[in-house]
Amino acid sequence: MTTPLPPREVLLDLYARLVRTRCFEDTVYNLFLTETMPGTVHLSTGQEAVTAGVCAQLRRDDYVVPSFRGHGEYLAKGGDPRTAMAEIFAKATGCAGGTSGSMHLSDPPAGIVPGVAIVGAGIPIAAGLALAASLRRSGQVAVAFFGDGATNCGYFHEGLNLAAIWRLPVVFVCANNLYGVSTPFHETTLAENVAERAAAYGLPGQRLDGNDVLAVYQAAGQAIAAARRGDGPALLECMTYRFHGHSRFEPGRYRPPGELDEWRARDPLPRFKARLLEADPSLAASLSEIENAVQAQIAEAVEFARRSPEPVPAAPLQMVYHGETPVRPPAGRSRRRRVA
Amino acid sequence: MTSVQHETGTADEPRGLTYAEAIREALAQEMRRDPSVFVLGEDIGLFGGPFGVTQGLVDEFGPERVRDTPVAEAGFFGLAVGAALAGMRPIVEVQYADFLPSAMDMIVNSAAKLRMMSGGVWGVPMVIRAPGGASSRGPTHGQSLESWFMNVPGLKVICPATPFDAKGLMIQAIRDDDPVICFEHRLLYGGHSPGGSMRSAWGEMRSLETPVPQSAYTLPFGQAAVIRPGSQVTVAATLMMVHKSLRAADLLAAQGIDVEVIDLRTLVPLDRRTLIDSIARTRHLVVAVEGARTAGVAAEIAALAAEEAFEYLEAPVARVTSLDCPVPLASPCEEFVLPQEADVRLAILRTLGLADPDESPKGGRERDRALARMKSFD
Repeated sequence: MTTPLPPREVLLDLYARLVRTRCFEDTVYNLFLTETMPGTVHLSTGQEAVTAGVCAQLRRDDYVVPSFRGHGEYLAKGGDPRTAMAEIFAKATGCAGGTSGSMHLSDPPAGIVPGVAIVGAGIPIAAGLALAASLRRSGQVAVAFFGDGATNCGYFHEGLNLAAIWRLPVVFVCANNLYGVSTPFHETTLAENVAERAAAYGLPGQRLDGNDVLAVYQAAGQAIAAARRGDGPALLECMTYRFHGHSRFEPGRYRPPGELDEWRARDPLPRFKARLLEADPSLAASLSEIENAVQAQIAEAVEFARRSPEPVPAAPLQMVYHGETPVRPPAGRSRRRRVA
Repeated sequence: MTSVQHETGTADEPRGLTYAEAIREALAQEMRRDPSVFVLGEDIGLFGGPFGVTQGLVDEFGPERVRDTPVAEAGFFGLAVGAALAGMRPIVEVQYADFLPSAMDMIVNSAAKLRMMSGGVWGVPMVIRAPGGASSRGPTHGQSLESWFMNVPGLKVICPATPFDAKGLMIQAIRDDDPVICFEHRLLYGGHSPGGSMRSAWGEMRSLETPVPQSAYTLPFGQAAVIRPGSQVTVAATLMMVHKSLRAADLLAAQGIDVEVIDLRTLVPLDRRTLIDSIARTRHLVVAVEGARTAGVAAEIAALAAEEAFEYLEAPVARVTSLDCPVPLASPCEEFVLPQEADVRLAILRTLGLADPDESPKGGRERDRALARMKSFD
């Protein structure tokens, strides 16, 4: 590939987004191995290029609707690692006050609405955020992240059709990691790929190498710019692979021997790093700096989560309807009730 | 007690409006007041909705804010949730409440839970308009599903029975920061629908002729209305059963029986105080709602009475509901399965220990046997 590289600051920004998710999830994985953690987690390790490449093209006030495997989507969009980690620890300082856990991370100032963790539900919700942007002429774009497993449910088809007929500023990003829990994509889908389904709704669809952060960055840039211009939605199918099982410690034994190794050889992080150093060896110092800074940031997030109190037992009752007095102190900065 | 909060103190001559017109006026006034309010649903634009409620709105507000959708309830409810998260106030309409199950996941798992899943930060200020109740349309176009949604924390459930309440509760719902489902009864709309004239309770029942103020006003949720004060028995009812209960009460008044009728008006939140105060006075409770019997609205009200008003009750609580049967089309069958005015009357008499089998309304005994058969499964 000889595509010209984006400017240096973009490259370093992409690298930071990749490393932040990888470091965060490695840390979470180790915590689940070594400590008693509540709830469950779904790691996206191996898929970071999808979220980093897309989110690097978004404005801070653009919306992202994460999937249930949403750490990367949250962190790449600029979500606060501290409140995310605290939520995974089910602490009062978590982004949902410890009520909801890893699958429901949100950060209003960063435009990240809570993941619903019902497969596919985020697709029409993202279209609705885009509808609001369109009605207000705000210039915002919404992105729905989901996996291949979501593409056979009604939400995918209804959401794409609705977004298409109203030319809403939304981009649909499918991280096709080849498995819905344990079931291979080709067993659930006769069509060759997800991207071609876009044509059924009159939308552009594109399949791309989801482990190449630059490929994702470029494709997402075009799709997001088109959506922002009013040219309507697009579907991006990013081919990728999760290095861990579906959730927690599930080892992924349903995958044929050797498949994981093949994909590990295409790990988006070392691949991008090698490309950068090949193009400009002088970047090495900056990359180490990013790695160190991210490690410190994630370690601090874990410390913050550990130090934080558990929610009081009745705290959730104050989050069912509006008008209740929050029992949770704001986590470090002011939070608006809704993103304007 | 009905307490109305008016927008202005100006002279405001109430007029007679149909229930459909009252809702339409609420939508239009709120859309004029707040640019974040918009409506979406199937055939609500030029066609005006299946019961004419949104007629003319597209002319004033345009197709962006009166948005016709494809037949895709799960999808466009999802869009409404997303738009509400972004601070809009969508009013989403289903043609029949029976179609709510197609959007159930979005209502139950997203709309109802997003506030807690965002730590109380992000709300979903949407209104769902659901025309419910039986009106000679058969099993999938005649259900009353209110109780399903009462069982989902995070939702509010309202059920106006008169044009006055419909306007005030609708405006309150639009301004509410939580998801609100408004159950409207198809027989209450009045007037004509685009599909032609439909059988309507309008005109049959003088109690429907509530005058409606012209300016915008809100009615607080959680305030039942004692619409017919009485001393011997309390009938707690919703929607069409409010009107059937009023007629039953009128007929019994001629026999010297003094019935109090309470229109619950909102199910979540529920006005416990008005209900319990009434039971404390009358010492008898009949609950009359149109939905199916098992685990229905009446069961919840009866449980509330058992828990909080047991010491006042001189007789068991009586439930007047549909039989546990899909709503049938044929008139004699629909009438039999649905709770009727005669069933309310009989329940009142029995609760007061006054029932005489020979005087029981025609069909009453057969309905008792049907009820007993249904209760026999275990």
